[in-house]
Amino acid sequence: MNQDISQTLQQQILSALETGSQLQIQGGGSKHFLGHISKSTPLQVSAHQGIISYDPVELVVTARAGTRLSELENTLAEQNQMLPFEPPHFGPLATLGGTIACGLAGPSRSFSGSARDYVLGVKMINGKGEILNFGGQVMKNVAGYDCSRLMAGAMGTLGVLLEVSLKVLPKPAAEITLVQSKTPEQAIDAMNHWSGKSLPLSAGCYVNGQLYLRLNGAKTAVDGAHKVIGGELLNDSAEFWTSIKEHQHTFFQSTLPLWRLSVPAKTPVLTLSGENLIDWCGAQRWLFSDHDADHIRKDISELGGHATLFRRQSELMADTYQLPDTNIMQLHQRLKLAFDPAGIFNPGRLYPGL
Amino acid sequence: MHTELFTIATPPEPTLGKPALVEKLRQFLTSDAVLCDEELLRPYECDALSAYRHLPMIVVLPSTLDQIQQIMRLCYQHNVPVIARGAGTGLSGGATPAGDGVVMSLAKFISILEVDPIARTAVVQPGVRNLAISQAVAAHGLYYAPDPSSQIACTIGGNVAENSGGVHCLKYGLTVHNVRKVKLVTMDGELITLGSDSLDSSGYDLLALINGSEGMLGVVVEVTVKLTPIPERAQVVLAAFNDVEKAGGAVSDIIAAGIIPGGLEMMDKLAVQAAEDFVHVGYPTDAEAILLCEIDGTNEEVSEQIRIVHEVMHQSGATEVRTARDEEERQAFWKGRKAAFPAVGRLAPDYYCMDGTIPRKHLPYILRRMAELSIEYDLRVANVFHAGDGNLHPLILYDANHPGELARTEEFGGKILELCIEVGGSITGEHGVGIEKLQQMHLQFNYEELTQFHAVKHVFDPKGLLNPGKAVPTPKRCSEYKQLPSQNEDKHQHKACTSS
Ligand SMILES: Cc1cc2nc3c(=O)[nH]c(=O)nc-3n(C[C@H](O)[C@H](O)[C@H](O)COP(=O)(O)OP(=O)(O)OC[C@H]3O[C@@H](n4cnc5c(N)ncnc54)[C@H](O)[C@@H]3O)c2cc1C
Repeated sequence: MNQDISQTLQQQILSALETGSQLQIQGGGSKHFLGHISKSTPLQVSAHQGIISYDPVELVVTARAGTRLSELENTLAEQNQMLPFEPPHFGPLATLGGTIACGLAGPSRSFSGSARDYVLGVKMINGKGEILNFGGQVMKNVAGYDCSRLMAGAMGTLGVLLEVSLKVLPKPAAEITLVQSKTPEQAIDAMNHWSGKSLPLSAGCYVNGQLYLRLNGAKTAVDGAHKVIGGELLNDSAEFWTSIKEHQHTFFQSTLPLWRLSVPAKTPVLTLSGENLIDWCGAQRWLFSDHDADHIRKDISELGGHATLFRRQSELMADTYQLPDTNIMQLHQRLKLAFDPAGIFNPGRLYPGL
Repeated sequence: MHTELFTIATPPEPTLGKPALVEKLRQFLTSDAVLCDEELLRPYECDALSAYRHLPMIVVLPSTLDQIQQIMRLCYQHNVPVIARGAGTGLSGGATPAGDGVVMSLAKFISILEVDPIARTAVVQPGVRNLAISQAVAAHGLYYAPDPSSQIACTIGGNVAENSGGVHCLKYGLTVHNVRKVKLVTMDGELITLGSDSLDSSGYDLLALINGSEGMLGVVVEVTVKLTPIPERAQVVLAAFNDVEKAGGAVSDIIAAGIIPGGLEMMDKLAVQAAEDFVHVGYPTDAEAILLCEIDGTNEEVSEQIRIVHEVMHQSGATEVRTARDEEERQAFWKGRKAAFPAVGRLAPDYYCMDGTIPRKHLPYILRRMAELSIEYDLRVANVFHAGDGNLHPLILYDANHPGELARTEEFGGKILELCIEVGGSITGEHGVGIEKLQQMHLQFNYEELTQFHAVKHVFDPKGLLNPGKAVPTPKRCSEYKQLPSQNEDKHQHKACTSS
């Protein structure tokens, strides 16, 4: 599909401005569970589709925000390339715009980086209805403030993404996953230890007493590292990591609230009770717990991290995202005003009142 | 049509004269930390873009965080512009003083506060030199990846401000990819922390925003950098070409082969000859261009990929392909590249270093146009190119003592940047806009985009006192822009004016 509806979107924004109404930006709806969705008029971006330019040797792809993430990844895969931050889809309808707005990254995060790390440029509409271009289609660009990376993780509260340019990379030639039985303490030590070595490590996760370490790279490199690290070869490496990334692994079957805890990688085993999975070589912990939200957030803050209430079965019991310190929150409010002075985009989706 | 976001503030008039300000500063700074005599101020009049000079009113050299905050509060209260300064190696005039402003040197903040080999991070003060970080952590088998050629001198504070790159960016990223946390003092003296010791933080990515903000949003007072394991092995291949276009083609062919080199650099004939004359590392001086391709990783991986690189280079038409025999020769190959600027600098009394980026496929066209312009302007140009990521550094040779030659050089430089934009690139890949490229910002960004930048500035610095007149020009409507004389309009203008 190839369709440019930017004029329509701009018109809708301008009329929302005129009538003083608010808009909730919708892509594929695959991450609607993140953040508070206000009762506002939907702004449907998913029809704004199509890969605009992709030249594999330039390592850059530019696509409209409504482009399906699956379509984008398939196109890259045909050229043996990929999005290095391995974004989770959480459903077949996931779009590029939503992927960047939510700023989520998959298993490779601690080695390859995050969504924002691969953003090279965006075309967007701000809250005044102006179509703006920031960044570009080149690897390096420091002209002006980095407004394009700022859009990653902003949950659409600063503007509507129209197009995103991303850096892409070749798929590694070989991939294997090694499995070792460990206690959680041993697993955390091992993940930090191997992360500090010159090895083609690309993901590390601990679940149900097993440590999984993924190696990616040249065949010789992967085999060499296998000898150094040791462990059993996992049968279907790709399937396992997809199940972790997409929350399809049996671990994720609980009905309790699911917390995403972003912590320093060397954080010891959590004292918070509840089933947990260690991801990102220690830096991301998934926790099922019905502890009080403030309690969890206080504990995790003390560790130097923050806690996101990722999924829940019941009605809202707490905000999705942890509030930052007061002075940082003030910057958020002023940035929001700078991009969206009338407050029309995704009110409250990220933080109450923002 | 709509209410403006804000009006771009004309920085308010200072409410303290120099003597009174010096007196107030000396209440909490020792007298040798407050410079106000001309001969002491002289070293601060420019950065590495020495064509632009301006004597500051005062230079302060604080040594504690508390002093930084006091200086900022005082200047904020009295509407005095502040310009942060690291090592002054910036190439776009970002640290050029304002005549009515205070230059705040971070030169005394040179401590590495903490190295955590397990977390693979180091906490450093802003004045710590880039290379000093890698040296301090080498014993742990780690290093700080971004390596600007100026790394023996430039500071991490300056690196964050410019989002500096180096020869290893394609694989290891820019400064923004290698910084975890920044402590920042805003213009009103407040201390804030951006980022965290985790891999992400809740809310807007303010850390990304601060990288490359050219000292306009806050003063960086502490940086937590990510450290990278030193690769088990690194090996470099030098390939010579009798045609620049073939060299450009080889770059694409290497990437098409699925290889992401640790470094992939190109130098043209003039640059190669200059470097060879300067450091004698055995570069083939008859080549039209050379490529340096470094592969790093595990031993096996490096052997495998070096073999592929060899093949690809030959297939792409290299006349000679050499793998460094040993670590010494590898260092020598790089030495020539890292010394390229000063080496080219020896060919003429002055040189002007440009910094545009382009989609790589347009390299042949750009080089051809540049050669034509070189004849047109009667100025020689040497080319050093971070080929892997499309970042050009044309070095224009000139003699400032010849009347009109600097102006011609700047015009030529401006034309090169216009070419970069024409092919979909950017006017700066890593050196920043500073005061140098304010004019070209109008080509890359329209009125609304520039206005949006000013709105961001306003968020952090509503009075417009921090590094005024840099990086983002006053937005002009298209019609107004066309009437502008070609160069320098904005360059010496340190006060933004009201838009509309
Ligand atoms: C020979 C040579 C080679 C170079 N090679 C490269 C290269 O390969 N890659 C590259 O990217 N750059 C390169 N540069 C440019 C330059 O070295 C970098 O831009 C460097 O990051 C500047 O650091 P500095 O400490 O010298 O900063 P300065 O020049 O002192 O300042 C640069 C800017 O940063 C601001 N600033 C400085 N410190 C702070 C702080 N603590 N808080 C807030 N703002 C601050 C200043 O206000 C100014 O706007 C090179 C320069 C030279 C002379």
